[in-house]
Amino acid sequence: MTDISTATLASHQGTGAVTLENVTVTFNTDRGRVTALQDITVSLPEHGFVSLLGPSGCGKSTLLRVVADLLDPSAGDITVLGRTPEEARKSRELGFVFQDAALLPWRTAIENVRLPFQVGGGARGEAESPEKLLELVGLKGRENAYPHELSGGMRQRVSIARALVCRPRVLLMDEPFGALDEITRDRLNEELLRIWEATGTTILFVTHSIPESVFLSQQVLVLSSHPGRVRELVDINLPYPRKLEVRDTPEFTAIAAHLRRLLETC
Amino acid sequence: MSTTLTDRRITEGPELPVQKRRRRPTLGRMLLPIGVVVGLILVWQLACSVFNIPTYIIPSPVEVWQSLSENWAMLMQNTWPTLIESVLGFALGNLVAILLAVLFVHWKLAERALMPVAVFIRTIPIVAVAPVLVIMFGQGYTPKILIAALISFFPTLVNMVKGLESVDKQSLELLRVLSASRNEVLWKVRMFASLPYLFASLKIAAGNSVIGAIVAEWIGSQEGLGYLIIQATYNFNTPLLYATMTVASIMAVLFFGLIGLIERLVVTWEADVKA
Repeated sequence: MTDISTATLASHQGTGAVTLENVTVTFNTDRGRVTALQDITVSLPEHGFVSLLGPSGCGKSTLLRVVADLLDPSAGDITVLGRTPEEARKSRELGFVFQDAALLPWRTAIENVRLPFQVGGGARGEAESPEKLLELVGLKGRENAYPHELSGGMRQRVSIARALVCRPRVLLMDEPFGALDEITRDRLNEELLRIWEATGTTILFVTHSIPESVFLSQQVLVLSSHPGRVRELVDINLPYPRKLEVRDTPEFTAIAAHLRRLLETC
Repeated sequence: MSTTLTDRRITEGPELPVQKRRRRPTLGRMLLPIGVVVGLILVWQLACSVFNIPTYIIPSPVEVWQSLSENWAMLMQNTWPTLIESVLGFALGNLVAILLAVLFVHWKLAERALMPVAVFIRTIPIVAVAPVLVIMFGQGYTPKILIAALISFFPTLVNMVKGLESVDKQSLELLRVLSASRNEVLWKVRMFASLPYLFASLKIAAGNSVIGAIVAEWIGSQEGLGYLIIQATYNFNTPLLYATMTVASIMAVLFFGLIGLIERLVVTWEADVKA
């Protein structure tokens, strides 16, 4: 395991964990062709935490789906850890967390976390223990609860555990806390940072919340809409580990204000 | 005691879990409908004696009960054929419906080609098909089983297709991220997602298959509850007609209840079915 991973790590060092080069995505709809993403070129560092921020309909989720090999780009090149998205998906390098948790209602929490072992050829190489992961996301004691017995926040924790179980090197999160109340969202934001530090995985996080993007990320990729283009890649120079109180500092407020101005002129 | 309580609070966190439990019919809840039925029977008995209604037009509950106990052996002897026809028809109709639904979900062309045919078959009145099948297959079990199958087939086909397709987009994307094969999606996701829909239609089919078997027996048979109904009607043996009707109803209710019981054992999760 270690030999192979250091080799691949060395081979694409400097190119970024996820790179997009002139990526364009167009859809055919009833109202003709719609360009969701246009000419996106960006490189995301390994072990980094990058948020995609933009108004709804700017193609944030589309970008995530292109990286996850759920969508094919109309033009351009994408690499994930130096390989094509398809290869990365098939070798279980990708984890995906959806907005609606997407748990299977007939499986208990622990059975949902075990799903990646049971389909698509199971885990490649070493995997996490589902029990330990549920503990990591704060669900010890709720392993045998069905999704309908869990709150929205708990369901999302289970889905994060499921995404991490095969030790993905890239974790893609599509507005995972968008449907949660603010208090739950704050707590999960803090926990996500803790999980990120514990696992060292590269995270690409889609959100339309400015404070959330500033609080979590090292870099925020601001997209403009119709069509989705890169507006600016903003560095967030706030030290980790971050606590929620960081949001009250002038530095935080200044970055948030800058991002808001960017979004207003999108 | 208090320490265990606080311990649990910590592990569960302050987020309140949404716990919904399916209500089980308790004896207390059953009492009201049972009371209504007993009341209706009393009113029926009272009406028969007060208005002096002749037995051959409407027998009183007491007379029906007498006929039921006098003819018990004969009634049971005729229940078996109807039961066998209903159950085999139910099994055949639903099995074909489930297999067709799986085919439709995996091969859209088959759905486009065959669904209109299925809808057309559905629109033919069952009483019109029954003689055709009796002429084709004779007086034995075959035409009855086929009619019971035909009548239970359609609701299951429609519901099963709906159920197999009820998997939401994100779950399908999840399985794609996990590189799951079509077979894995079918057996690990679609089949489970369809079960609540399937049981909703199986419960309808349970009652329908009994109707199908009885109607088929009307057309041509020498045994069965349907045969008994025709005989009792022609002989103006109205109490026996009512007794037969009662046995047929109880059979259908038990069949329905059995499916409901199996559903409860199988579908242990919360499912919102828009069937």
